[in-house]
Amino acid sequence: MSNILKIVAQRLALGVFTLFAISIIIFLGVEALPGDLAEAVLGRSALPETVAAFRRELRLDLPMHIRYYEWLSAFLQGDLGNSLANGREISELIGTRLANTLFLALFSAFIAVPVAVFLGVVAALYRETWFDKSISMFTLSTISMPEFFIGYIMIALFAVEINIFPSISNVTVETPFFERLYSTALPAITLTFIVMAHMMRMTRAAIVNLLMSPYIEMATLKGIPRWRVIVMHALPNALSPIINVIIINLAFLVVGVVVVEVVFVYPGLGQLLVDSVSSRDLPVVQASCLIFAATYVLLNLTADILSIVTNPRLLHPK
Amino acid sequence: MKTIFKTLLLAPVSAKLGVLIIIIYMIAAIFAPVIAPYSETEVVGDVWEEMGSGFLLGTDQIGRDLFTRLIYGARNTISIAFVTTMLSFFIGITGGFLAAVVGGWIDQGISRVIDIIMSIPILIFALMILSVLGTSTPILIIVIAVLDSTRVFRLSRAVAMDVVVMDYVEVARLRGENLWYLMRHEVLPNTLAPLVAEFGLRFCFVFLFISSLSFLGLGIQPPTADWGSMVRENAGAITFGILTPLLPAVAIAVLTIGVNLVVDWFLHKTAGIKES
Repeated sequence: MSNILKIVAQRLALGVFTLFAISIIIFLGVEALPGDLAEAVLGRSALPETVAAFRRELRLDLPMHIRYYEWLSAFLQGDLGNSLANGREISELIGTRLANTLFLALFSAFIAVPVAVFLGVVAALYRETWFDKSISMFTLSTISMPEFFIGYIMIALFAVEINIFPSISNVTVETPFFERLYSTALPAITLTFIVMAHMMRMTRAAIVNLLMSPYIEMATLKGIPRWRVIVMHALPNALSPIINVIIINLAFLVVGVVVVEVVFVYPGLGQLLVDSVSSRDLPVVQASCLIFAATYVLLNLTADILSIVTNPRLLHPK
Repeated sequence: MKTIFKTLLLAPVSAKLGVLIIIIYMIAAIFAPVIAPYSETEVVGDVWEEMGSGFLLGTDQIGRDLFTRLIYGARNTISIAFVTTMLSFFIGITGGFLAAVVGGWIDQGISRVIDIIMSIPILIFALMILSVLGTSTPILIIVIAVLDSTRVFRLSRAVAMDVVVMDYVEVARLRGENLWYLMRHEVLPNTLAPLVAEFGLRFCFVFLFISSLSFLGLGIQPPTADWGSMVRENAGAITFGILTPLLPAVAIAVLTIGVNLVVDWFLHKTAGIKES
């Protein structure tokens, strides 16, 4: 047991270090700007006094490591600075949008995870049949399509041909829960398609792999029905790789959300990030990149730790 | 040449289909000015004219011929993705082989840096750098190539690790061959098969990635014809029930499927994997 605690602790330390390194990279990324932020914002024709004043306001006259320290400690306290575009506080700008993005990601996960695991198990159960083959064709085609293509197919089908869902997901803070579900239905379905393929494939692979082991053959020879062999005998042992795949895909979902939000004009963090990149609103870009990257790293970290603690070989060392 | 043709004849239907798709795209890309009825940015008709109204696939949001844009898009999107993947492989393979052949703290150093870079999602990283450096085609190529090369590094380091422990590499080392010779003449020929297969897959990824960036308005800039930005510019038409704006996206998906089919076949052939 102490062995496993040690591995988990090592992994956690590595995760914290990674987060720290990422914050440095994101900070340095903006430092790499030719000239500096003040020149970039005010343009070449600005008077030197204006540039100097602006530098003081942004505290650009301080040395780099001090600014990094101030930026990070302010960030950890929830103060993300001000947007260059409109001077509003970034935390205020990001708050509701982050909630919207998380809502969309969770909504998609609630559809994608059960469907993917179920289809994966069925594909493993009836492998090499037409069902299995059509699923594998389907997964190949969804991973070959650009995300926005799936989004527009959804719009063309469900918003234009049969007009049941809105093509633009317009939500505000006041939107009630069920109306919110309704207006985010299409982006959620799109995201589901994007992440489902991989989850389904891995679930199928994990179960097929187990079905080859002797204890499953034993169970089959005892005369247990096939579904029972899979659900009661194979699935518990396949659970750890499946959980791992699910979490990794959730991490992927958080990033895939960027393109999908733009397709459906959904007021989320991804849309904000893309808009700020076009307008080169660097503080906002920094803050949203850090949030996205941190979420991604934390989800991957969770996946790693879960796969360590659910690994029977590590739990019961010889 | 003859043996290539012969192997192709014996290939399964799926691989033949893949090769056919790739050849068609290559012809479209290379002979774009010959095939396309108009020039790349010429305004020839009204906004969003329908299919067959004198224009094979109709027109786009400012009245340019969609078929022409599609053909030129093949040229721009594919060539940029190809150059990016080549650059990415050059950086990734050099780094990976270097880490494997030299080993020691150089290997440790490069690998840890790559680990950190890979822990940031590539789209987020690219968006951050593009916001600082601005969007122009050379910057786009370099940024994506450098970010993507981290994935190539992982693979080439792993496959090279299996090769550098071989006796013939030891012999070459004892002969006093230099680092470049070891990487180029001992490791590379023996790691070619997995790297070629990976090239196909990475090309697909880079291709999809550039299209996504262009779709977000941060990739290849107008008026250059490009499939991702074509979808973005014409997306408004979809809500009017005009589906031609989806054609560039179809073009992207078909090419990706084609390359995947060929790569699958190639992997089976070189690794001798048999379907269980």
